[in-house]
Amino acid sequence: MTKKTVIEKIWENHVVNRAEGKPDLLYIDLHLVHEVTSPQAFEGLRISERRVRRPDLTYATMDHNVPTIDRHIINDQVSKKQIETLEQNCREFGIELADIDHPDQGIVHVIGPQLGLTQPGKTIVCGDSHTSTHGAFGALAFGIGTSEVEHVLATQTIWQQRPKTLQIKVNGKLGFGVQSKDIILAIIAKFGVNAGSGYVMEYTGEAIRSLTMEQRMTICNMSIEAGARAGLVSPDETTVEYLRGRRYAPQGEEFEAAAAKWLALATDEGAEYDKTLEIDATEIEPQMTWGTNPSMGSGISGTVPSPDQFEREADKESVRLALDYMGLEAGTKLTDIPVDFVFIGSCTNSRLSDLRAAAEVAKGRKVKDNVTAIVVPGSQTVKQQAEAEGIDKVFMEAGFEWRDSGCSMCLAMNDDIVPAGKRCASTSNRNFEGRQGNGARTHLVSPTMAAAAAVTGHFTDVRQLSSVN
Amino acid sequence: MQPINQFTGVVCPLNRTNIDTDQIIPKQFLKRIERQGFGQFVFYNWRFDDDGNKREDFIMNQPQYEGAEILVAGENFGCGSSREHAPWALLDYGFRIIIAPSYADIFYNNSVKNGILALKLTEEEVAVIMERSKEEGYRLHVDLEEQSVKDENGFVAHFDIDPYWKKMLLNGWDEISVTLTEEDYIRQYEEKVYGQQYS
Ligand code: SF4
Repeated sequence: MTKKTVIEKIWENHVVNRAEGKPDLLYIDLHLVHEVTSPQAFEGLRISERRVRRPDLTYATMDHNVPTIDRHIINDQVSKKQIETLEQNCREFGIELADIDHPDQGIVHVIGPQLGLTQPGKTIVCGDSHTSTHGAFGALAFGIGTSEVEHVLATQTIWQQRPKTLQIKVNGKLGFGVQSKDIILAIIAKFGVNAGSGYVMEYTGEAIRSLTMEQRMTICNMSIEAGARAGLVSPDETTVEYLRGRRYAPQGEEFEAAAAKWLALATDEGAEYDKTLEIDATEIEPQMTWGTNPSMGSGISGTVPSPDQFEREADKESVRLALDYMGLEAGTKLTDIPVDFVFIGSCTNSRLSDLRAAAEVAKGRKVKDNVTAIVVPGSQTVKQQAEAEGIDKVFMEAGFEWRDSGCSMCLAMNDDIVPAGKRCASTSNRNFEGRQGNGARTHLVSPTMAAAAAVTGHFTDVRQLSSVN
Repeated sequence: MQPINQFTGVVCPLNRTNIDTDQIIPKQFLKRIERQGFGQFVFYNWRFDDDGNKREDFIMNQPQYEGAEILVAGENFGCGSSREHAPWALLDYGFRIIIAPSYADIFYNNSVKNGILALKLTEEEVAVIMERSKEEGYRLHVDLEEQSVKDENGFVAHFDIDPYWKKMLLNGWDEISVTLTEEDYIRQYEEKVYGQQYS
């Protein structure tokens, strides 16, 4: 039998039709829906008098627009309309919705896994590029546009070109104080923002195997920042144990049968990839970005580079523009860069373990006076769990604000906005110009690095902070 | 969607790499529930300053590029978010054709589905177009059937495109209708995997 990767196995299981000169038609097992990218799709269905083929495989929540304080007061009428539109659409088309009052509400990529909707071997789509997050379970999960959302609603299928496979092998063990966010930031800094274009990536290697599911989600989440629509980890015992007992996962004997199937999906020993890139985990230090795309970053011991250090004219120019936007001088030590805002949240880093790790750093310390620091749990469930452990108190005593769940300052569609010219240490995934607010300057970091920046007022190697304690 | 085959238009050069969809259509405009009307917001933060005044130095605001219908840009165009508002905004503003050395995967799909021809030329070819389009009134002629791009001064380039996408664009087909002609396969799959049919 030919040896196959997890990617090929899932693909083959979902081909509805394959014909010469066309992409494959793939069946979709789970379609997640949120308020921003779906209204036009539902409207399209209505215009052509189509229905949703599999409401039972569709699940909706609202996350991008929702306020994280005073949840019921949405001042922005346009936001409000978008939220109401999703409610109406779900009612009309019979789709289960975790709305703003629902205990399961949260960022779509946090709640899918948490509810056990996300499972190995599934094809999962959502009108959101960070759908790659669900790849952590060994699912083929990718973001789609609104036309494709409409297509999946109507047909439960999608046309896809067979992707090439790219193995990202993370060798060795992670060092002390280094987080999974640092692995993915280091990968993107090393290989660039389009290393994964046209590929589906699989993360392998010792460092990946030893990660928890939440840590794997952080890595897969940012596959899109490396250019890949999807990034996966082969399912293993860690995956199975995470899913055991979750509400939408199979139960009892059915679970054991499913688990056996899931484990069999793992990439076969000796299977071949179209391309392999390797990185040594032992060399990764805590990371931060200094520029305006996620590859413009380095280890915390580094300095802001000069455009002249880059060879290609295009790169020199983009670094020049980035430094100008970020208000940074070449040669500045990263640890000398001050912060005004700290955001701990987003589908990359807002799960319980992220909050625990950040709270560990915040504990017994104080957010610097001139710094505004907010913590936004990824879901209402995460919020509750954290509160049960007293994590909210730790943060609030240290001077952080403790909020309700949502996308919040990751893209600043609600009122959580970083003002122009202000600098934010953010645990999110995109440092594009204006992402957190017009003129806002974003530096991507891990949750512990974000907490360290909050309590010191500038970027800090969190490992040094820990040793002081 | 509108079919597209032969197209001639004024070219606007946007000489940056990794132009992300947050730049193409900033998030404050994603709250609308319609598909139309996004053109006025395209590249908003580059076109307008904080007070909403035109930034005269931004290339698209220069009078010679008014009415441009072909946008040429650097590699990895459309990276970032999956928002289809990006191609909606480009199209609504008037761009039917985009030329770049490479595109982010999701953006590329989204464009094709809206009848935008996002075509790939080599970095060298793109550089030539960038240079020549500095001249006022520079136009390109694009022929999808023939897969060629030409100007009036002898520049000729060929581009590759997936035959499936080509057919969709040439015919302006609605993809859902096409897929529903294959509904028998979908039913068979559902029967096999889920043990029942859903239509
Ligand atoms: S948290 Fe940010 S990246 Fe994640 S889904 Fe929300 S807006 Fe997108």
